Amino acid sequence: MLTNMRPVDEREFSRILAEATATATPVEIMGSGSKRNVGRPLQTAANVSTRALRGISLYEPSEMVMSARAGTPLSQIEDALAERGQMLAFEPVELGPVAGSEPGQATIAGVFATNISGSRRISVGAARDHFIGVKGVNGRGEIFKSGGRVMKNVTGYDLCRGLSGSWGTLAVMTEVTFKVLPMPEDTGTLLLLGLPDEIAIEVLCGAMGTPFEVSGAVHLQPSLVARLWHDGLRQQGQAVTALRIENFSKSVAYRGARLKDHFKAYGEIHELDRENSLAFWGELRQLSVLQASDAPVWRISTSPTAGPKVVAAITAYMDCRAFYDWSGGLVWAEVLSTTDAGAADIRRVIATHGGHATLIRAEPEVRAAVEVFQPLEAGVERISRKLKAAFDPAGVLNPGRMYPNF
Amino acid sequence: MSLALPEPERAIVSRRDAIVEDLRRLVGPGTIIADEDGRRAYETDALTAYRRMPLAVALPSSTEEVSRLLRYCHQRGIKVVARGAGTSLSGGALPAEDALVIAVSRMNRVLEVDYMNRIARLEVGITNLGISETVKAQNFFYAPDPSSQLACTLAGNIGMNSGGAHCLKYGVTTNNVLGLKMVLMDGEVVEIGGSHLDSPGYDLMGLIVGSEGQFGIVTEATVRILRAAEGARPMLLGFDSSEAAGQCVSAIIGAGIIPVAIEFMDKPAIHVCEAFAKAGYPMEVEALLIVEVEGSQDEIAELLAIITELARPFKPKEMRVSQSAEQSAAIWKGRKSAFGAIGRISDYYCMDGTIPLGKLAEVLTSISHICDRHGLRVANIFHAGDGNLHPLVLYDANDPAQSERAEQAGAEILELCVAAGGCLTGEHGVGIEKRDLMRVQFNETDLLLQMRIKTVFDPKWLLNPAKVFPLDGREAAQQDSALAA
Repeated sequence: MLTNMRPVDEREFSRILAEATATATPVEIMGSGSKRNVGRPLQTAANVSTRALRGISLYEPSEMVMSARAGTPLSQIEDALAERGQMLAFEPVELGPVAGSEPGQATIAGVFATNISGSRRISVGAARDHFIGVKGVNGRGEIFKSGGRVMKNVTGYDLCRGLSGSWGTLAVMTEVTFKVLPMPEDTGTLLLLGLPDEIAIEVLCGAMGTPFEVSGAVHLQPSLVARLWHDGLRQQGQAVTALRIENFSKSVAYRGARLKDHFKAYGEIHELDRENSLAFWGELRQLSVLQASDAPVWRISTSPTAGPKVVAAITAYMDCRAFYDWSGGLVWAEVLSTTDAGAADIRRVIATHGGHATLIRAEPEVRAAVEVFQPLEAGVERISRKLKAAFDPAGVLNPGRMYPNF
Repeated sequence: MSLALPEPERAIVSRRDAIVEDLRRLVGPGTIIADEDGRRAYETDALTAYRRMPLAVALPSSTEEVSRLLRYCHQRGIKVVARGAGTSLSGGALPAEDALVIAVSRMNRVLEVDYMNRIARLEVGITNLGISETVKAQNFFYAPDPSSQLACTLAGNIGMNSGGAHCLKYGVTTNNVLGLKMVLMDGEVVEIGGSHLDSPGYDLMGLIVGSEGQFGIVTEATVRILRAAEGARPMLLGFDSSEAAGQCVSAIIGAGIIPVAIEFMDKPAIHVCEAFAKAGYPMEVEALLIVEVEGSQDEIAELLAIITELARPFKPKEMRVSQSAEQSAAIWKGRKSAFGAIGRISDYYCMDGTIPLGKLAEVLTSISHICDRHGLRVANIFHAGDGNLHPLVLYDANDPAQSERAEQAGAEILELCVAAGGCLTGEHGVGIEKRDLMRVQFNETDLLLQMRIKTVFDPKWLLNPAKVFPLDGREAAQQDSALAA
C-alpha cells in the first residue's frame, strides 16, 4: 500500500507518480506539511513528501542566486543567506502557525508552490518573481526542468511561474533555483497612530508614490494591535499605520526625515529604531496578530484603495478584524465563525470591488464545503483544467486541493 | 540563412482572395491590407535575414475585431501571426505565406492611469516609451526598457517577456504586468489578473508573458507604474581586461549594492558607439562599465564613492562620474543606440545568451575564438549585472558564405552559453532564430511538457506555429486528445 513516502531522488518520485497515474491512485504532495491545513482537505490513500530531498546545491552570493533541493527547510536557507548578508527579499510569511501547525517547519519548495509573499512584496515582487529555475516530476512521472540559474531567461515557456502557487497540483518540484538580494544595512519604521482605515490607506498609498522606496506599508486595526507581541506597540491601544524604510544608514535617516515631513499633517509621527523595526516586521512575517485565535481568516488581494472598502463591506455583514499589508492591497481579515466562514458574503464583496479571496483558516468541514480559493471565471477555469490535464492527466496530484473539480 | 520554414498550405494560399473578402466583412473599413506593397511592409521584423509575404494583414481597432478575426481563422484552419511594431530580433513576428498577420499597432489607447494604486491600463499597441511618457509628468515610469523602446509595443514586450538595461533593479515584463485581456484562438476573450497583485488559481499570466504569441492575442494590459527616483547618475569605469570588469561587477553586487543598471561594452563596441554618440567613452580601455545609481544627490554621491572604492582593486584605467544631465543622456544614448551604431558600419547578427557572471571572462575569450575561427569580427555589449550577453557578430549580408558563417558562429556562441550554465536567450525570445537550438538547452521531455501547454491554449497550433519549437517532434503534444477538448 502507498503510504507516507519520502523519495530520495527524482527517479523514485518518477516511479511512484507513474504508478499512481497507472493505477489512478490520488496522492497528497507535500513538503513538511506546514501548510497542510490550508486549502481544501484531501482524501488520499498516500502522501508523498519532499522532506528527504535536502540541501543547498548552489549558492553564488556575487550572482545573487541559490539552488536548493525541494525539502530544504526555509530556516536553513535563510541562515545560509544571512551568513553572507543576503536574504529572500520577498520575505515569505509563515502560514503554518496561523493554520494550527508548529512554527519553523516550512520547506523552500513549499514557499514557491504556494507563492505566499510578505510585506516587501510591494517593492521587490512576490515569491514567483524570484523563482528562476525548477526541476520536477509531473503526474505522468516525467522528470523535467525549466528556467535555470541565470536572472534573465526567456528560453521556452516560463514554467517556474506556471508552477508558482499551484499547491502541488501540477507537479512535484524536486529542486528550485531562486534569486536572492543583499540585506539592507539599516532599517527604520515610521508610525502613525489612531488613523481610521481609509485615511491610513491614503497615507500608505501616498508613501508608495514617493521616491523613497518604502519597503513595507501596513495598517493594523486596534483589535489586532492588541495582539501584537511587541509590548510598546500593543500597549498603546490604537490603530497602527507603519512605513518601513530599508537602505544604507544615512539613506534611512534622510528618507525617514523626508517622509515625516511629507505626512506631518496626518498627526504625530513616531519612529522605531532598527532593533524594534526588525522585531515588528519580523512578527508580521509570522502573522503574529492572527495566531491567538481559531476564528476564520481570509487573505484578500485587491487594489490598495479598495482595501478599506472591502473591509467596511465585510464588517457590515459580520464581525471582522483586519490587518492591511501591501499599502492596503492585501487584507488579512479574521471574521466571526459561521457555517461558511462568511464565504458567501465575502465573495459578494469581492465581486463588487475586484480582487480575490482565499480562506486560510477554517475547520476542515468548512474548507470541504466552501470554495477555499477564489472561484474562476469560466474561460480561465477551462484553461486551468486543461493545464492540470497537461501535467497530470489522471488527476492524481493533490486532487481537489485548490478547486473541487481538478 | 538556413532555417527551414514550413511549406505554406496551398489550399489556404490559393483561396487568398476569398479569404480577404471574408475578412473585410468582419472588420471596419481600412482594417485589412491585401495589396502587395501594403503587405510587403510586414514581410519581416528586425531579423531581416528572413522574409515571407503574409497572406494578408489585419490592423484591428478593438478586442471585438481581434476576436472576430481569430474566430474566423480558427474555424477555417488559417494560421495567425501576431505583431506589435515588428522589432523582434529573433524573428518572432516573421509572417508566413499562409498566415494572417494581426498587428495591434492601432490599438494604442491609454485606458486608465491610477497613481494612488500605481497602475496603468493600456491597449497593448502603445509603445513601451509611450507608457513612461504618459505618466512622466507625475514623475512615474514603466520599468522595463528594451533598447527598442521608442518603437516596440507593450504587445511585443508581453509576447517576449522583454527586459532592458534597468531590469537588474526593476525586473522584466513578467514582474511588471498585473492583468491581461487576451483573445484565444477560438475568439473567446478572457481576463487574467487585474489591478491587484498575484492572480488567483494558476499563474496563467506568468505562462502567457513570454509565450511568443503562441497562446492568444493580448489586447489590453494592466501594468505597474513606479515613482521615479529623486535622481539618477551613471559613472564610467574603464578596465584593461574584460576579466577585471567582470570581477568589479561581482564586487559591487557582493558588497550589497544593486545599481539600477550595470552595462558592459568591449573595445570594438566602445569605438563604434563613441563615434556615433560622442558620449565621452574612454577609447583606450579593453572593457567599459556604465554603472548607474539612483537617489538624492547626496545618496548618489555616496554610492558612487563606495563603488569607486570597490573598483580600485581591479585597477581601473578610467573612472569618471557624469557631471550633468547632458552627459548622462549622452552616456545612455551611446549604449541604447549601440545596435543602430554598429548597424551603420556593418551587418550584424545579435546574440542574446545569458551566462553566470562568474564565467564572464572565459566565455568572452571563447566567443572571440569562435568568431576568429569563422573569420568574423565581434563586438560585445551586455547587461553585466544579470549576465545577459549581446555579442554582435559582424558580417556582410551580401556574401552568402559569410551569412552562413555568422549564423554558425552565433549557434556556437549560444551553445557555449548553455554549456557555461546559462541559456539561449535572455530577453529577445526564441522566435525562429533559436528554434532549432532548443534541444541544446532542453531534452525531449522538457520540450514535450512545454508543447503540451501550447496545445492547452491553441489546440490546432494555429498561432505563430513555425516558432519556438523544432519543427520535428511536435506530434505527441499536438495530438494529445485530453488537451484539445
